[in-house]
Formats: sequence, structure tokens, C-alpha cells
Amino acid sequence: MKTRTLLLAGLLLAPLPAYAQEAPTPEDQERWAYVRETLFPGRKAEPAGDRLALEAPNRAADASIVPIAVTAKDDPADPVTKLHLFIDDNPVPRALSATLGPAAARPALETRVRVNEYTWVHAVAETKAGRLLETGRFVKASGGCSAPALKDPAEAAARLGRMKLNLPADFRPGEPVKAQILVSHPNNSGLQFDQVSRTYIPAHYVDKVLVRYNGQEVATVEADISLSEDPSLHFAFTPEPTGTLEVEVTDSKGASFKQSWPVAARGS
Amino acid sequence: MPRLALTLLLLLLLPGPAWAVEPLPVTEVAPGVFVHRGVHEESGPANGGDIANIGFVVGRDAVAVVDSGGTPGIARRLLAAVRAKTDRPVRYVINTHMHPDHVLGNGALAGEGVTFAGHANLPAALSARFETYVSRAKDHLGEAPVLVLPTLLVKDRAEIDLGGRVLDLAAHPTAHTNNDLTVLDRQTGTLWAGDLLFRERHPSLDGSVKGWLALLDRLVTVQATQVIPGHGPVAEWPEAVEPLRAYLAQVVGEVRALQKEGVGIAHAVPRVAVEAKTRWELWETYHPQLVTAAYAELEWE
Ligand SMILES: [Zn+2]
Repeated sequence: MKTRTLLLAGLLLAPLPAYAQEAPTPEDQERWAYVRETLFPGRKAEPAGDRLALEAPNRAADASIVPIAVTAKDDPADPVTKLHLFIDDNPVPRALSATLGPAAARPALETRVRVNEYTWVHAVAETKAGRLLETGRFVKASGGCSAPALKDPAEAAARLGRMKLNLPADFRPGEPVKAQILVSHPNNSGLQFDQVSRTYIPAHYVDKVLVRYNGQEVATVEADISLSEDPSLHFAFTPEPTGTLEVEVTDSKGASFKQSWPVAARGS
Repeated sequence: MPRLALTLLLLLLLPGPAWAVEPLPVTEVAPGVFVHRGVHEESGPANGGDIANIGFVVGRDAVAVVDSGGTPGIARRLLAAVRAKTDRPVRYVINTHMHPDHVLGNGALAGEGVTFAGHANLPAALSARFETYVSRAKDHLGEAPVLVLPTLLVKDRAEIDLGGRVLDLAAHPTAHTNNDLTVLDRQTGTLWAGDLLFRERHPSLDGSVKGWLALLDRLVTVQATQVIPGHGPVAEWPEAVEPLRAYLAQVVGEVRALQKEGVGIAHAVPRVAVEAKTRWELWETYHPQLVTAAYAELEWE
């Protein structure tokens, strides 16, 4: 008995390697199978192996702003056409589905999500031939969906729909560049309860983002309530010497916002 | 002894509803100004949610409580501390901002003749968060708190007269939260800063880091000699602001520099103001949150 206790204590004290990932429990696996089946009824998915990378923090700094990156390794024989992101245990598990257009430089996407409880996060890459490649990670975070994320509602209302494009300081024509689109939007999940009015603050979120470069589609993103307030999307495109990037956003109340930016690559 | 008598005796020995409440330990930091210090821990069963500085000011006619604490039980113990120091009635409860460690005791202090005062933005902000706060505090609340919101709403400035003793209430633009209120006791030059000032304990950011820095620059002109922070020891004013101001400025500067380099939020957080780790308690818990919030705010510049 004593030896066993000591042994157990030793196990508890042993530092875990930083990359330690918990293995999914049978319930986790069942949940994911259910979530996947909802979006891909009757279709089989295969482990992505090294064709798909999913970056997410083991423990989130802020459950309402959890950064996630999905990067697929492309295969010209069977290119990736869509990327999907799921937060398995969120009230609406699908965070987004991105259809990659001809102007996408690579099958990669970054965003920020709300995480409601400790959960598995899954990414699925869909290929032209109809294969589904999946990978997952466990993320420790809680309270992100019902947390009233709006720190300053007056300020948020004032800049609703405003957008910002971030590009690296230097990029060259013909070389893929990673861009970030920020959309100012409360992205209310509909799960935030107001104690005085005894009602839920109505859901009001960005549900579609269309990005075009010089008239060609980079990506079309369908989103749900899991995206963070002021949704952020990173994607890659290949700039020409001069061009225009256009973004069109619609939200769940049917409002739409459009903005475009001239993009001038430097160097040659 | 017959069983009934034994039961009665036991009942007599048990703590009664009011008189047996153990007063919170308080320190008189200036004549008539009493402060209870919260501990630098996360709220939990071990500390019963007693993590914020709360207290009261005693005037000739009345008492004003400044922040009601993290649970109804703490508020009752604060009330017992008031009773131990004065027979003047509590006429005001001032909420410095919406955070649960400062306001979840409100319900236990409500009653006839008691006015709750707070920033004009507080009712909406707390109302939207109350359910979340209560569910997160379940492990140490003991009893369900009742939501009581201020009715004396301060948009800019207000005065509270306790009888020969005036408190100046000032509502501020978004900083630590969007409903920060400071209280100045003119008579002793004591400033209750609420969570606009963190000392020792790592600051949390639920408003605007730029707003907070701008406000600290203006706040130092307030005519006071000492300050009661929301967390940490009472200190001289305005010198006590400097460590927090410098830290927030450092975070802002470093986040901006990383954003210029194109470093994403996930990679920026572990790189910002890392050497400040030794200067702030609960760094591991609050630093990533602070930097994340600052990053999200600053990327709109
Ligand atoms: Zn606070």
C-alpha cells in the first residue's frame, strides 16, 4: 500500500512534457463522430497524418480569444478545396468552413474562437477527390461562449462593420503573402444572459466572409457563433505588382459590409 | 440530561444569525477610514472569495461602504466590522466597478435607507455578467447572491455627504473596465482607486489598456496623499501608480513592436514583458489574459 502511494505521488510529481496531449476518451470520440456526421453525413474521414496541422494552445490565455491555425500540405494530384474547424463541445461545434478559391496561395487559415469548456478541437481538410482528412487537439479553456466579451459596448456599436487589413511590411509580387482581415463585430453568441431583462442577448454574428483578390476568390468562409468578437481571419494569396483585395462580410441579421484595399507589392 | 434540553443547549451555543458573525479584520488607514485587505489568490473555497480590498468610511451621521466583497458572507462580516467601530448607520454602498470580487456582496447590504452608488455603465455591465460570475463562484459562494444594482448613477462626478465628511465620486472612461469609479475622502486625502490600481497582484484587463494608461496619467493629479488600491497594500499617492503604469506601458510598447513585425497573437503572448514575472503575483494566470486583451485592442490602431 505504502509503495503504491509513493509510486502514485511520484507519478503526480513527474513533470509532464510540454507537448503532452491527452488521448481522447471514448466519450470524446463519440462526440467527434457525432459532430463530424452532422456536417459530413455518411462520409468517412481518415487521419490526416502530416497533411494537416492544427495549432492551438494547450491552455488558452483567454477562452473568448483562442487562436487557432490550420495548415494543410497541398498535393497537386488531389488539392485541398475546403478547410473546416470544429470546437467539439461548443454549443454550435462548427466554428467555420472555408472554401478556398483560385486566388488562395495555400490551403491555410487562422482565426480566433471562443471555447466554452475543455474540449477537443478538430480540423478537417476536404480534397477535390472528396477525401476528408482530419486531425484534432485538446484545448483547456472554459467560459468563452457565455462570457460577455464586449468590454465596451458603446465603442463596439460605433465601429460595427469596420474592417482592417494587415499585411507584412514587405512582400514581393509572385510570392505568397499572409494577410489578416479583422472585422469589428460584437459576434454575440446568443448565450449571454442578461439578469435584469431576464433574456438572452440576441445572437448577432458574422456568418459569411468573402475575400477576393483582383476579382478572383481567395476564400469564402461560412462561420458560426464560435468565432471571437471582432472576427479575425488570416489567409494567403499571391500578390501581383498592383491589385485590389476586397472583403464582403454578412452577418446573421442580414447586414453586409464591404471594404477594399489597394495592395501594392514592393520589390520585383 | 434529557435529549430536548441538550438540543436547546446546543442551539444556544450555536452561532446566532447576526451577533455571531465574525467581523472582517480591518485597519484604520486614516481617521474614520477602514480597509480590509483581500489575499493575492484566485477566488476559491480556501479563501472564500475574500480577494479584494473593501472597507468603509465613517462620517458624523452615516457610513459609506466601499465595495461589498466577493460573497454575501463577506459583506455580512464587513457589516459586523462596521458595527464594531461605530453605531452610525450604513447609508451608502459604493461599487468601484462590476467585478465579482467587489460586488457580489451587494445583496447582503441592501435595506431601507441604503443607497447603492456606481458608475452609470455599471448596471448594464454587471447585469450582463451576473449569471456568469455567480456560476463561476459557485464553489465558494455559500449562498446565492442577490443582484442589487446602484441607483445613484454617476456619469461624471457626484458627492456623498456623510455628515461633515464629503466623498467625491468620479466616474471614468473605459480603463480597467467600462465602469470604473474612484472615491476621494476629502477630509483625509485618501483615494479609493478600486481596480484602477493593482499593487503586487497582477492586473486584469477587462476594458482598454490604452484608456487605462491615459487615465492613470490624469488620475495622478488628484489631490490625495494616500491610495487604497483594489488589490495590494495602501500606499502613498501618487507614487504608488508608477509600477502599474510602467508595466502597462511596457506591455503596450512590446505588443505594438511585435504587431509591426507581424507576430500573431499566439506567438506574441509568451514574448511580452516576460521579465516582469517576478514583480507580479498570479502572473501565470493573469499575464496571458492581459497581453491577449491588449493585443486584440492594439491591432485596431
Ligand atoms: Zn476588477
